[in-house]
Amino acid sequence: MTAGTDSLEKASADSSGAEVFLQIENVGKSFGAHHVLDSISLSIEQGEFVTLLGESGSGKTTLLRIIAGFETLSAGRIFLEGNRLDLLPPYRRPVHTVFQSYALFPHMNVFDNVAYGLRVRGVGAGEIKSRVHAALARVRMEAFMAHYPRHISGGQKQRVALARALVNEPKVLLLDEPLSALDANLRLEMQRELKALQQDLGITFLFVTHDQSEALAISDRVVLLHQGRIEQSGEPREIYARPRTSYAANFLGKSNLVRGVVRNGIADCRAFSAPVNLPEGPAIFSLRPEAIAPASSASSGSDVRFTAQVVAEQFHGAGTLVTLRCSEEIELTARINAAISNETWGEFAFRAEDLVPLAPEVHES
Amino acid sequence: MMRPQRSGALLVMLPPFAWIALFLFLPYCLLFCYSFWTVSEFQQILHHPTLANYAHLFTNPLYLTVILRTLRIALSVVVLSLAIGYPLAFFLAFHSGRHRALLYQAVIIPLWVSYLVRAYAWKVIFGNEGVLNTLLMWSHGTSHPLSFLLYSPFAVIVTLTHIYVPFVVLPVVASLEKIPRELIESSNDLGARPWQTFLRVILPLSLPGVVSGATFALLLSFGDFLAPLLLGGPASVMIANIVANLFGADYNWPLGAAVAVVILNIVVAILSVTQRLERRWRTA
Repeated sequence: MTAGTDSLEKASADSSGAEVFLQIENVGKSFGAHHVLDSISLSIEQGEFVTLLGESGSGKTTLLRIIAGFETLSAGRIFLEGNRLDLLPPYRRPVHTVFQSYALFPHMNVFDNVAYGLRVRGVGAGEIKSRVHAALARVRMEAFMAHYPRHISGGQKQRVALARALVNEPKVLLLDEPLSALDANLRLEMQRELKALQQDLGITFLFVTHDQSEALAISDRVVLLHQGRIEQSGEPREIYARPRTSYAANFLGKSNLVRGVVRNGIADCRAFSAPVNLPEGPAIFSLRPEAIAPASSASSGSDVRFTAQVVAEQFHGAGTLVTLRCSEEIELTARINAAISNETWGEFAFRAEDLVPLAPEVHES
Repeated sequence: MMRPQRSGALLVMLPPFAWIALFLFLPYCLLFCYSFWTVSEFQQILHHPTLANYAHLFTNPLYLTVILRTLRIALSVVVLSLAIGYPLAFFLAFHSGRHRALLYQAVIIPLWVSYLVRAYAWKVIFGNEGVLNTLLMWSHGTSHPLSFLLYSPFAVIVTLTHIYVPFVVLPVVASLEKIPRELIESSNDLGARPWQTFLRVILPLSLPGVVSGATFALLLSFGDFLAPLLLGGPASVMIANIVANLFGADYNWPLGAAVAVVILNIVVAILSVTQRLERRWRTA
């Protein structure tokens, strides 16, 4: 990294030589001795839908607030299209935020709320009118222009908040858990709408959530944060299928953590043995419940087989979570679609590649 | 379930109702009755209902002059208290940091000091041999003590402002603190400069507090009689002084009661206007 103090310096180009759209460079934030963010580096492309995923305290909201300008960073730099973003006051940053609480102005009606950003910039009344109408039409809220925020529902407030940010044509839209206050059905609908809106507008979205299924459903890329660091980042399918740590494996969905010992390219996990491409020694693996199927109905290539007893089952509508006891100490959870009877012994199988080696655990004191 | 709850509610409501009836409603009724009676030459109250007191009030220009002067002084106090109190409240609500509790106490503590002490303090400051004049003459700012400082509407306005600023600060601080921080961040985020955020978001949302603070200052100043008594001259006699005189030295309770009824009506009128404003700005 090039070091420098000139505020007008350009961001370092990435390996391909092209300029990175939004570059977060070694950003840190600490309150006293407490590190909320620890050297976060992230490059985001124009038009990308990136989700910052993490539990509370992971630093995801702090990172978003630093990009918006509500918090100062303790270390690092942020570039947007090559220019320093972190040195600008919030009102001069071409990024806008959709707040968890919507933060609509209670003393203004829907039209005035959406017009706010244009008005404070001195845009002419005629242009304001047409742009506000267009923005509200896009979120299907045109009919509510004269309503005050207290007279519309949560989902409607959410749409108005979106329109209020988008009408200013931000380069990056920051969304701070915007859907968490909505009920489950509305949430799914809004996820679809958000995704469609983002693809339609081609605006870069940086979305914060603690909900892993939401993150997997709407993002081009998921950045998993844990204790102020990036635990893992990648496309939803990749990050789900190939978790790198046990934390990632468990946060991104249910997973079986299986311990084993590797000898001569074979991992001996006691309940079963599977071919792996790992150095000799102890290892820990993630095995997703849906990778396991009864041997009779398993897909071809399910080459790792084991016998187990069904000791518990939990019906979830779309499937049944089944607890399989392989031995006294070893139990695995499988998600199985077919009906399965309790207490029975059976043969189960999965594909060797679904056994994902994880980084050795770091024992925290 | 219904009955015990209702009787319980009644039991709880009884003391305040009794209190209001005994100490508010009854005296007002008495006052109202008195305002229709008259006083004989021998200073005896004649219990024959008549509108003579009101006729006297509305035909003698003295009363109107004093009421208008009182309103003028009270409004000056409101404007000055807001000019001093709003910035103070703004600072307390947004910038006082870890000294907040201490500064807040500093605003409240003067309320515990006797009104008389504070009024006399201004006498000490404004008098011919007072702090201000001594300082001015010592620094050769003036050759003679400034006489307009004391025993003038000016002295009354300054004293009342000093006394009622906390009454403005407290409700304004409360309304400023009630503004969700996200609204301010959101305004910032949408491109508003700090002064635009103040004018378009903070100020409108703090108006309920401004109105209640202004109402306190206005009504308390309007009914004040100590400041003009101690620090005001003949040109700053306020309506409450007239009432005090009528009930005291003049021993004309019926006329005093009539003036009091008129004042009460003015106060109720002001309150109904400010309450309507407050309600509108609170919900808007």
